[in-house]
Amino acid sequence: MSEGEATPVPDAGVTGKEKEFLKAKSYLLTASTNTGINLYDHLSRVLGKILDERPDNVVDIFEDISKDSKRTKFTSDANTVQDKVDRSTEVALAQVQRKLFTKGSDDGDDDVAQDDEVETPLPNLMELCFFFEQAGIGLNREEMIRVWLALKSLVDNHPLQHVRFWGKIFGTEQNYYVAEVEYREGDEEEEEEEEPEEVQEDEAAEKEGDEEGEEEEIEEDDTPKPDFKPPPTVPKEDNRTGANKKTYFVCNDPGKPWVKLPLVQPNQITSARMIKKFLTGRLDAPVVSYPPFPGNESNYLRAQIARISAGTHISPLGFYQFDEEEEEEEEGEGRDHFVENIDFEGIPVRELADPSLGNWVHHVQHILPQGRCSWWNPVQKNEDDFEDEEEEEEREEPDEPTPEEGPALLAPLTEDEEVGNMPAWTPALSSALIPQYSIAVIHSNLWPGAHAFAFEKKFENVYIGYGQKYKSENYSPPAPPPIQEEFPSGPEITETEDPTPEEEAALRAAQQEAADAAEEMEEAEEEEDEDD
Amino acid sequence: MECEGLHLNIDYAGSSGIILSPEQKAALQTSLVILQNENKFNRVYLWGKILGVKDDYFIAQGAYKDEFAGRKTFYSKDCIHWGLLPPATAEMKKKSALAKGRFTGDPSYEFEHVETKKVGEGDDAVDEEETTIIKEEDRLSSVISEIDEDVRIVPRGAFVQVPTAEVVKNRSFEGLSVQEAAKLCNYMHFREAKRLDLKTLLQRANMDKAIDFMDSIEDDVPRGSWSLQFERGSGLLTLRSLQWPGYVFYHVPATQKYGSVYFGTGEKNQDLPFML
Repeated sequence: MSEGEATPVPDAGVTGKEKEFLKAKSYLLTASTNTGINLYDHLSRVLGKILDERPDNVVDIFEDISKDSKRTKFTSDANTVQDKVDRSTEVALAQVQRKLFTKGSDDGDDDVAQDDEVETPLPNLMELCFFFEQAGIGLNREEMIRVWLALKSLVDNHPLQHVRFWGKIFGTEQNYYVAEVEYREGDEEEEEEEEPEEVQEDEAAEKEGDEEGEEEEIEEDDTPKPDFKPPPTVPKEDNRTGANKKTYFVCNDPGKPWVKLPLVQPNQITSARMIKKFLTGRLDAPVVSYPPFPGNESNYLRAQIARISAGTHISPLGFYQFDEEEEEEEEGEGRDHFVENIDFEGIPVRELADPSLGNWVHHVQHILPQGRCSWWNPVQKNEDDFEDEEEEEEREEPDEPTPEEGPALLAPLTEDEEVGNMPAWTPALSSALIPQYSIAVIHSNLWPGAHAFAFEKKFENVYIGYGQKYKSENYSPPAPPPIQEEFPSGPEITETEDPTPEEEAALRAAQQEAADAAEEMEEAEEEEDEDD
Repeated sequence: MECEGLHLNIDYAGSSGIILSPEQKAALQTSLVILQNENKFNRVYLWGKILGVKDDYFIAQGAYKDEFAGRKTFYSKDCIHWGLLPPATAEMKKKSALAKGRFTGDPSYEFEHVETKKVGEGDDAVDEEETTIIKEEDRLSSVISEIDEDVRIVPRGAFVQVPTAEVVKNRSFEGLSVQEAAKLCNYMHFREAKRLDLKTLLQRANMDKAIDFMDSIEDDVPRGSWSLQFERGSGLLTLRSLQWPGYVFYHVPATQKYGSVYFGTGEKNQDLPFML
């Protein structure tokens, strides 16, 4: 037994046993060099706590109590700092979300009453949430309420005709809540459309050879001009047509501001088809991939939303129908307009859940391999613009590319391709025990996370997932392009050795002789002329 | 996720799209209690749901006193009738790795995997086809044990190892604080430790033998295969695995509430390195 502190020399009269006792006690009183507490105080505290609380099976949790006691003694100083940091993010988010729950109080009561009468484009999200819950898909109710209020604030701030909760896409750092909207006719904000057009013009001007008269660069003839003409970019579809039929707003959390996603371009869709990436949750994050994705995460997100909508938005047969008045069909292009069928009476649930899938149709246009919904012919542009001789060669090259075709609008699901070895869709009933009141649910196998339900006259689609397509094989990135060949070697660019000084001297001498001979000839001619 | 309070706990995983319909919740509450009683389990967990093409499987696990050893897995299609799954052997796991694609939903379905081999030499080479047959039940069992092995996690300190090498719930676990919960090193794989030996002596000196007997998920390869997000400000923490998409772990910081559940197709995400 060692003693850390000097103890007073015991009296000679103290017995041996008491000496041992005092030694033991002073040993127990030794303060630890690490923490400054000693075992005697610690044990008395622990035993005091046990006697106060009298927990069950105390001998089993004795070590834990001892640890806790040590911990509380030790960390008393830092508590204020810890407590301060704990709640701040939660409070901040709660305050942001509280705004959702307060009505806009500027206008007063009259306007509020008016708003209730006017038809609002806001969907009855709670009803849809109930149906989704029966089907076992979707988000929990509190979250749906928050999303609903966020959609309401979106409706209040923008002139919208239709609003739909499209779904939720998970990201690695944050998630996206997506709303699909349609602006009211004529009310669309046009400012943002000009920007992408300007960007496109700049890009076009940079390309060689496609614009006449705009190139003011003085070409130097030293280096050989490359023959490569980049293929013309497929122009994006106009707003409200094809893949850009709807506009999309996203936010990271209900209560945070909604951000409008840009229009999607065909090259973005074709690139998105070739890569497989998780979304991070930040709209300005770069998408690092091969082949390089033209744009940042907001463009990638928009492209995935376009693909998912085109692939998985379905409705019961007969809910939508083609407008019978519009009979103009452009050659080769399918119809792209439909209207709601007022006489739709609903299909019985049993038929909707039938595995043959004959009662569901797609109501979003399929996206062609080109990246657009309507085929754009790249060759036809060339014929109009070019008159240079150089471009005549190009006219011979491509034969008329065959127009790409896809399934027509309102095509039934029976025509969907199989995924792997299984059908593209899995139908189900929401309740096996009470089929009279169950609803029909259908899950997509091609885009896991895409679901749809239908019940009497109501139906809805939603997507909740990571935004990735399902492939039964592994993903392999496309191979890099073949190595570019060098310029074919010919005599013009083959290096030869410089002439040696002797050769140069010989050449100079020969040139001198030739020059002298020429001068003599000229002098001789002049003399003849003078003579004449 | 524990079956007590299932209908409340499933709400915590709701923001990841995991929902049970009211009918399923009611059925599970009834049948899991019966399951626990019949098999004398200490605890019953709802493990999750594996989505098949035609039908889905609900999976439950029952555990005895020692959490590591002796878990039994049950599956059900309607949440009422539970069937015992055979424990996964190494051979079953190897064969199941050959079966690709989704589960069909029919437990007696047999996957066929055909491999052609060349037997003989030179001109006499003959293509021999080897067909391995994998039963869906076996595949289900192997996938479940693989998921448990790969991504099943618990917060640090939730379980302790008693000197008799049993692993039991830590009754004085009070939850991770918000800062601790934000760090990946505070979550551990709920399995026998594989990487403890690789730690340096210095790290091992700081570890607590009773708590740190499992691997932390911080060192999982590839980095970034866990997505950690705070919902409700810092009121709820969700950890999603990107390696097995559909596995969700939730924890309410500073409380004892935590749990995990898997709702997915039962396929590993092989393309994870490309996607990060």
